[in-house]
Amino acid sequence: MAVVADPKQNLFASGHTACAGCGQAIAAKIVATVSGKKTVIANATGCLEVFTTKAPQTAWRVAWVHSLFENAAAVASGVEAAMRYLGKIDEVNVIAQGGDGGTADIGMGSLSGMLERGHDILYVCYDNEAYMNTGIQRSGLTPLDSNTTTSPVGKRSRGNPRPKKPLLEIAVAHNISYAASASVAFLPDLKKKVEKALSYKGPKFLQVHVPCPLGWRHDSSLTIEIAKLAVETGLYPLVEYEYGKLISVRKIKVKPVEEYLKLQGRFRHVLKDEEALNQVREVAKANIERYGLAL
Amino acid sequence: MYPIGLLVGRPGSSMDNKTGSWRSDKKPKFLQKDCIACNMCFEVCPEGCISGNGKNTYIADYDYCKGCGLCAYVCPKKDIEMIDEGEEL
Amino acid sequence: MKKFVEGSHAIAEVIAKCRPGVISAYPITPQTHIVEGLAKLIADGELEAEFINVESEHSAASVVLGGSAAGVRTYTATSSQGLLLMAEVIFNIAGMRLPVVLTCANRAVSAPINIWNDHQDSMTVRDSGWIHFYAENIQEAIDLHIIAYKVAEDKRISLPVLVGIDGYVLTHAFEVVDMPEQELIDKFLPKFEPIVHLDPDNPVSMGLLGAPDVYIETRYAIEKTMQDALSVIEDVSEEYSNLVGRKTGGLVEGYRIEDAEKIIVAIGSIVGSIKDVVDELREKGEKVGVLKIVTYRPFPKEAVYEALKNAKYVAVAEKAVSLGADSPIFSEIAALMYKKGARPLINSFTIGLGGRDISPAQIKQIFADMDKDEPNTRYIGLNEKLLEA
Repeated sequence: MAVVADPKQNLFASGHTACAGCGQAIAAKIVATVSGKKTVIANATGCLEVFTTKAPQTAWRVAWVHSLFENAAAVASGVEAAMRYLGKIDEVNVIAQGGDGGTADIGMGSLSGMLERGHDILYVCYDNEAYMNTGIQRSGLTPLDSNTTTSPVGKRSRGNPRPKKPLLEIAVAHNISYAASASVAFLPDLKKKVEKALSYKGPKFLQVHVPCPLGWRHDSSLTIEIAKLAVETGLYPLVEYEYGKLISVRKIKVKPVEEYLKLQGRFRHVLKDEEALNQVREVAKANIERYGLAL
Repeated sequence: MYPIGLLVGRPGSSMDNKTGSWRSDKKPKFLQKDCIACNMCFEVCPEGCISGNGKNTYIADYDYCKGCGLCAYVCPKKDIEMIDEGEEL
Repeated sequence: MKKFVEGSHAIAEVIAKCRPGVISAYPITPQTHIVEGLAKLIADGELEAEFINVESEHSAASVVLGGSAAGVRTYTATSSQGLLLMAEVIFNIAGMRLPVVLTCANRAVSAPINIWNDHQDSMTVRDSGWIHFYAENIQEAIDLHIIAYKVAEDKRISLPVLVGIDGYVLTHAFEVVDMPEQELIDKFLPKFEPIVHLDPDNPVSMGLLGAPDVYIETRYAIEKTMQDALSVIEDVSEEYSNLVGRKTGGLVEGYRIEDAEKIIVAIGSIVGSIKDVVDELREKGEKVGVLKIVTYRPFPKEAVYEALKNAKYVAVAEKAVSLGADSPIFSEIAALMYKKGARPLINSFTIGLGGRDISPAQIKQIFADMDKDEPNTRYIGLNEKLLEA
């Protein structure tokens, strides 16, 4: 049977103003469409909000609200409370979503509150590893040694000096029903995880790796390839947790980190710096050991 | 109330915005020869502007396609080619 | 029904009778008794509402924003630092035209940390697009909250309302009040019907980006609505006053100002103290009066001008400051009188900051000194010893 590919079935319409090859646009399209028409999304300030909703237009075909940078989880909490009050919570999916800065930095308190209070909400963090909307500044989820405009490479700097904040683990520590990492390189897996997350009651969390051609400095046609290499080098483990317990990991045939790094301008300096390269290898190694990623 | 005070977007109204005009360099050509209707081009398109119904029917809507090249990159049958913007389809 | 009640509990009770569906708050002195009261009413099954205990005031305001955008009547309360932490969301709620009602238990702001009453907190958000009411006493606080919902949710208005009630002076004081019955409020305040809301069956997007091609019009629209709100507030107040059989709400209240040569303008609970002094001075034959501003936003220019135009001397006694300039209400009144033509001598007085007691003697001092012109705002009741080098 033929698969019908109908753009009108996407709940995220064409005509938005994301950069060509934007990973976040792909993931957001999938999340909204999988969640379905009975969805309300609360969106944090950031690229996704700006490129989808310049007045008077919107790319969304689901009910959608944006308020501020750090409060998507709290706004969604209010929406969810209203849906409970109206007796509609069982028929509506409430989603909060934002970028890595809006989630792991400025929105951390609001996210923690939402997870702790037990709201029936799926929070999706689109992780493109820096503040892209303001011009590629370093966030708490920027990877080690990445060259950003506020962690620039220089005589005394090899880029971002800190590893990524363990955001998924922080979410998991709230003992929520479901938490997972996903990648725009593995769309069937992403779809499955969105569906699965929405099947649980209570708070659930999804962190999706979404390359940014502009910020990572790579060709727009390489978005999927780079996201795939992040997973295959062990730098972005795809894992699932249920009530605090690790329930699945995506096994990989481990590739050297250089294959991932060499496609991106933000890591160009790392390839010429053995010490920096070793630091990145250590990050991958620790992930591989911790989650038993190697096939 | 004064209507402008309440900025509200009509669902999917971004379609009014023809982002295909951004394309400067390359555009995808759907060869429609070896297509197996795997749907990967449709799924991966950040613009959501690819449609199809069965093998060798897939096509991009050039009103919205920004020419990123992801569809051609992910096509397992190499049945999508990136060609020069000026070239005929 | 007459009852003897604490201010905060009176507000909790009247809010419950307004039937909000989503309530969210973060504890801060002196707001706490209000939200504790609401939590208990829900716990006891006397109010059907979702009470969301949040991790900050920023989130409290965000929760009611989300609840209101989803089409449900909402309520929050805060004070001082809490309102300042909310400030970002406060502007957002107004810009999104969401009819949230918020009680501000007015309190000084830090540093130094101080939990006592003045109006510096809510003055910081006077320009945010919220309608601002200030209550003189607990009775008025009750009435203004009911009026607030009706005005906020009026489809011609659709703006949030802040009701300022003086921390401790009103929140923790007891008063005999007329508490409106549930049936009366239900009759007066129909079910909330939003203009648009987050509805999966009509999935609009709210909170869009307003580029230079639309932004200024959104502000102009709020300004026009504020002007329209003046008559809506008067009409709603009159309708409510008729129902309860006493005059309440409105834009301003003049007390013995008809033939007054000297008028003090003030907001909030201090007005009660000034009224007592006015009575005392009137007995001695002094032509004095007090003008209470009930509705501070929209600023009722016409009503204020009419009240002050025949006075010789006007003193604006404020529990708020604009450090480096004259106090906020003084500046507005001076500008208003200049523009409209009547020229009483207007002077600015700061009084009672950080909960400093306000004595009848100090109010008399203002009446005595208001005919002496001074270039700057005068601070009443300073302890000069503390200011010595």
